[in-house]
Amino acid sequence: MSPREQWLSFCTLLRKEVVRFCRIWPQTMFPPVISISLYFIILGELIGSRIGLISGFHYQEYIAPGLIMMAVINSAYGNVASSFFGAKFQNHIEEMLVSSMPTWIILAGYLGGGVIRAVMTAIIVTGVAMFFTDLQIYHPGIIIGVVLSSAVMFSAAGLINGIFANKFDDISIIPTFLLTPLTYLGGVFFSIDMLHEPWHSIALANPILYIINSMRYGMLGVSDFAAVWTFLIIGVFLVIFLGLTLWLMERGTGLRT
Amino acid sequence: MSRSVVCASDPSLPLSSPHAAANAPTKALEINGLYKVYSGGLKALQGINMEVLDGGFRALLGPNGAGKSTTIGIMTSLVRKSAGRVRIYGIDIDHEHSRAKSLIGVAPQEINFSQFETSWEIVGNQAGFYGLPRDRARRNAERCLRAVGLWERRRVRSRKLSGGMKRRLLIARAMVHEPRMLILDEPTAGVDVELRRSLWELLRRVNAQGITILLTTHNLEEAENLCSHATIIDQGRIIEDTSMKQLLARRQMEIFILDLQHPLEHPPRLPDFQSELLDPHTLRVSVKRSRGVNPLFEVLSERGIRVSSMRNQANRLEELFLSLLGGNHQHADVPQHAGAPPTPAA
Repeated sequence: MSPREQWLSFCTLLRKEVVRFCRIWPQTMFPPVISISLYFIILGELIGSRIGLISGFHYQEYIAPGLIMMAVINSAYGNVASSFFGAKFQNHIEEMLVSSMPTWIILAGYLGGGVIRAVMTAIIVTGVAMFFTDLQIYHPGIIIGVVLSSAVMFSAAGLINGIFANKFDDISIIPTFLLTPLTYLGGVFFSIDMLHEPWHSIALANPILYIINSMRYGMLGVSDFAAVWTFLIIGVFLVIFLGLTLWLMERGTGLRT
Repeated sequence: MSRSVVCASDPSLPLSSPHAAANAPTKALEINGLYKVYSGGLKALQGINMEVLDGGFRALLGPNGAGKSTTIGIMTSLVRKSAGRVRIYGIDIDHEHSRAKSLIGVAPQEINFSQFETSWEIVGNQAGFYGLPRDRARRNAERCLRAVGLWERRRVRSRKLSGGMKRRLLIARAMVHEPRMLILDEPTAGVDVELRRSLWELLRRVNAQGITILLTTHNLEEAENLCSHATIIDQGRIIEDTSMKQLLARRQMEIFILDLQHPLEHPPRLPDFQSELLDPHTLRVSVKRSRGVNPLFEVLSERGIRVSSMRNQANRLEELFLSLLGGNHQHADVPQHAGAPPTPAA
């Protein structure tokens, strides 16, 4: 395939992915709106008013960056895992496998779909958050960098899940038992300084902690860590996830007999 | 020479050059020593060799589990081969698989498109996956959908199409990127008679325009009507590979069903013919091809048996197919599993 043909095939897959999640928007775009509204109402309004200030910010302001990142992570991961597994389940992944598209373009197309959905979700939930609190933009470059790199990273993780999944249950196990706990323990609702040992040390091993803190730094200008750590960690995970995904797809794991 | 396929708008794909054609026919497909052993140990292919010439219409026949779909799966990269070589128009699928795959279009046995997409999306996207520009993809999609009679249903989600329509959609999708070879795995399964005939007509037109077709089917009437050559595969080995004409010439017996004007109580004695009374009005007679049917009618006339109509009992190829498989199964009745060293193809 010439570079132009590769570009056209990538655009086709990307468009197909975007059309897919837009067609089922009540399942894809609406749930984050509901959940973030509930978090703001219950945690922000009712409980937050009794907590007072954290790092000099009202509780609603403090949790907003984490909630936005939580939506980004779940959207990126869930979009690619469910779309790829759905294509495998209905066998229409074969449309791409029999075509002349290189494997890396299939990978790029799915990741692109996950990133676009994650960014759209981020914009929507940010809009919802603005109903509840005054959001600031302290460092837009950090915000864009963290959102995009995290979206790629969790899209790749979702793709790995989709490759190995054999039934629909398999694509909900990781989000339920790993992703959600790590996100909740990743400092969405608290500063890591509030944790006692050994939980403080254990929490430092959670990559999502760094991602959420960097998002908080981009919006509020406060963080428990320097943003460079976040990009370093995301970079390492990106190399691992992308390399693994490409290797699995080239081998045909779960795709070819 | 133009290569405007039934569905294609752009005659950009070249046929073999006139000079090349004058020297030797171009091979659309070459399979050499192809083996496939699945992880469970099942030997699906045991060293098959096969060639299809450019512009040919080849039937790949065999009972269920013979290895037809495995062969197609390897050609289309959905199945990993254990050994052997496959070349599409001289391009090795191991070395230039992207280029090789751009030359083939596949309509698989199982429905494998998204149930939530429309016919228009499915066919248009497939063209895009092969890197066709959007406007050309749209033109081709329209022509292909019109060719298979689905243009009016292009906005309907595929899950709402009938079984026959889904089959036609698979064919339209296979043709949309203007391949030089079509691989059709049971394309008319579950399709009614009228539609099957129209699909046959479509495939004849596509083949007449120079597109090579490899067809697997259990409908032997279909193979006999459409294909110029036949390859019969059984238990992972090719047991016959010849022209349809030569294959059919090997038949020894012709079986006729005779509808009688007057009922018979007992089977008539017809010397030199095997006969069986199916019911008082229906007689089945086996006739040696070398003798012809005239002697049969002479004998029937002598016995005062009047025939109102007559027809072949079964499809001609079917008889031959069953006799070939019967012979093969007498010698190789044991399921083939890994463990023993592979043997060369028959």
